[in-house]
Amino acid sequence: MTSSSSSKKQAQDQPETSEPTLKSLKTKMTKSDEKQKKLKDIEISVPIVYGNVAFWLGKKASEYQSHKWAVYVRGATNEDISVVVKKVVFQLHSSFNNPTRVIEEPPFEVSESGWGEFEIAMTLHFHSDVCDKPLSLYHHLKLYPEDESGPLTMKKPVVVESYDEIVFPDPSESFLARVQNHLALTFPRLPSGYNLPAPMQVDDTGKKKRGDTKDHSLGQWFTSFSEADELLQLAAARQQVQAHIAKLRRQISVLEGQNQTIKTGSDL
Amino acid sequence: MGGTDAKDILGLPKTPLSLSLTQEKKSRPQKESHRKPDGISREVYALTGGVAPLMPSIDVTQLKRRPPADEKVAWQWLPFTSSARKDALQLYHWVRVVNNVPPTGDYSFAKYNKSVVILKYTDEEYENHLTDPVWTKEETDQLFEFCQNFDLRFVVIADRFPVSRTVEELKDRYYSVNRALLRARAQSPADVANHPLMKEPYDITRDRERKRALSMVLSQSRHQEKKDAEILAEAKRITEMRLAARRAEEPVVSANENAGLDKADGVVPGSSVSPSSNSQLPATAVAPSTLTMADYASTLASLRMLHVYLRTYGLEQMVQAASSAVGLRTIKRVEQTLQDLGVNLKPKVPTKTVCDEHLELRKEILTLLNLQKQLQYKESEGSSHREGSFAAMPDTPKDRVFASDPFSFGAERPIKKEQKRKGPGRQADTPSPAHKRPRKMKASDL
Repeated sequence: MTSSSSSKKQAQDQPETSEPTLKSLKTKMTKSDEKQKKLKDIEISVPIVYGNVAFWLGKKASEYQSHKWAVYVRGATNEDISVVVKKVVFQLHSSFNNPTRVIEEPPFEVSESGWGEFEIAMTLHFHSDVCDKPLSLYHHLKLYPEDESGPLTMKKPVVVESYDEIVFPDPSESFLARVQNHLALTFPRLPSGYNLPAPMQVDDTGKKKRGDTKDHSLGQWFTSFSEADELLQLAAARQQVQAHIAKLRRQISVLEGQNQTIKTGSDL
Repeated sequence: MGGTDAKDILGLPKTPLSLSLTQEKKSRPQKESHRKPDGISREVYALTGGVAPLMPSIDVTQLKRRPPADEKVAWQWLPFTSSARKDALQLYHWVRVVNNVPPTGDYSFAKYNKSVVILKYTDEEYENHLTDPVWTKEETDQLFEFCQNFDLRFVVIADRFPVSRTVEELKDRYYSVNRALLRARAQSPADVANHPLMKEPYDITRDRERKRALSMVLSQSRHQEKKDAEILAEAKRITEMRLAARRAEEPVVSANENAGLDKADGVVPGSSVSPSSNSQLPATAVAPSTLTMADYASTLASLRMLHVYLRTYGLEQMVQAASSAVGLRTIKRVEQTLQDLGVNLKPKVPTKTVCDEHLELRKEILTLLNLQKQLQYKESEGSSHREGSFAAMPDTPKDRVFASDPFSFGAERPIKKEQKRKGPGRQADTPSPAHKRPRKMKASDL
């Protein structure tokens, strides 16, 4: 308990480059680490949101094309995750044409029309200096609102999004160098005296499309996730539990005192 | 198909498209109504749910197949003999004759006539190896004859035996005679050593014991069964605690673990006087924390090996590591407590801080449950000392520490837990009736 609270203090001290809701990390500094310049216990985390938005087609709906939906993976703060993600492979239901959709440029999404809900597998492939292994996410496509009896409306879509974070527990130096100061991820605090090589300047400001989703057409339906509520809940719960523990400990010691006296007391 | 027909009849709404059952391919609804295998009628096919079975039990193409036209088939009433019979009895039966050629070969069921090989001994062999104080030669001979006739069915043999003997005795005699014979007839002991009779000889006492135990178990009343189950569970728990305590003695490594230990150590010295089984309990308060520290370290290491993982996955692994040392019941109680506190079992916004806090909370709840258990044991220990007999361990009560109503999210006022707690809370102030008797005696003695 004590160690984690100290690491939290460290996190709060450092100035955040990205949005204030996302802190996170552990940087244990030991002598051996500094000597070897091995980056132990530095992790980079990329907060993402994945899910789907589905519109009912109303009058234009047919039996097999009743909804128009889009499934996607985006940065949680709508920043461009293509700095880390090279491509995303969406595996749709086999009844679709070309059920394996490879999206190599942001925004990483697939739009389709259909009638059925099924599980979609999204495999994120990262750039070679980030990670060799792909990572899979699973999302159950939701078209119909929870409240089955309500009328379907064309205006408001059904939106189901999940928040998660991709954690890279031991990032390479080149990765660190490339992404320092990028807003899509949380950059760890490096051991003092550690210098990253300057990132290679890539002049593509004009050519590349913007990869962030801040102006996405569906942006108005995106959920914004805040950790504040959850933290508050957890803090309150922990307080209660701790108070209770203290109470129990007192009771136990009282009982022990009683038991002792009984044992050593006179035999009746 | 049958499903929708039934729903029609009952007037139920057809299942919405979103149900996973109809997630099938888009073209499937059309396909199903058009195609069905030939050879069986549509209604019959619909009985199976309109879907072909995974493993076709009957080859459907065989069902309507007619015999080839060039064959001429007739049925004839013909005599036959069976190699299974020793006499030359000739019986008659219907035979399918094709193109005037009757079928050849032995009677088709003759191959099932198998029998057991029973050794036969000569009188000389009997004199030399097989004499027995309890068994006469006539009896032994008769036993062997019965074994031959009844194919070693000892229950039948025991029934028919003129001198009343138990099944075990008969078996014992038969197998020991066989063993002696084998040994006597073998060229060398090594040849015989691999024979199953030699490797696992029939032990009459063990057999008797086994049958007795079996009949006892079968004839147990339900009440007895429950008691046995309870006792076994108790024994298991005690052995597990002993095991955990033994493991806790192993050297402890990191500073974190020492911090955890220091807190629990305050409890340990106080109980050093108590009897051995109870002294294991403070050790168990310590043991889970040491075990799980090692588990966390190894989980973290395995997560690092992945090079990339989702934080929700990471949290799951850590929670599993925390729960590895405890039983299913405890895990359920932890989850119940979390729900009562208004905390999501899986955080909706799993950032690093949230996940760390969540994990810490779970650990604290585990500590809490442990302490509760300790408290109960202390109480029962206390009461057992007073009564002078070993009181049965109280069942873990299902009292929920944090009932959901009074605890609003983020409440600032200190919540009075005294009135909510049952049982243990009363101890300090009001003596329970069990204490009163000794006290009264004390007073009168003075």
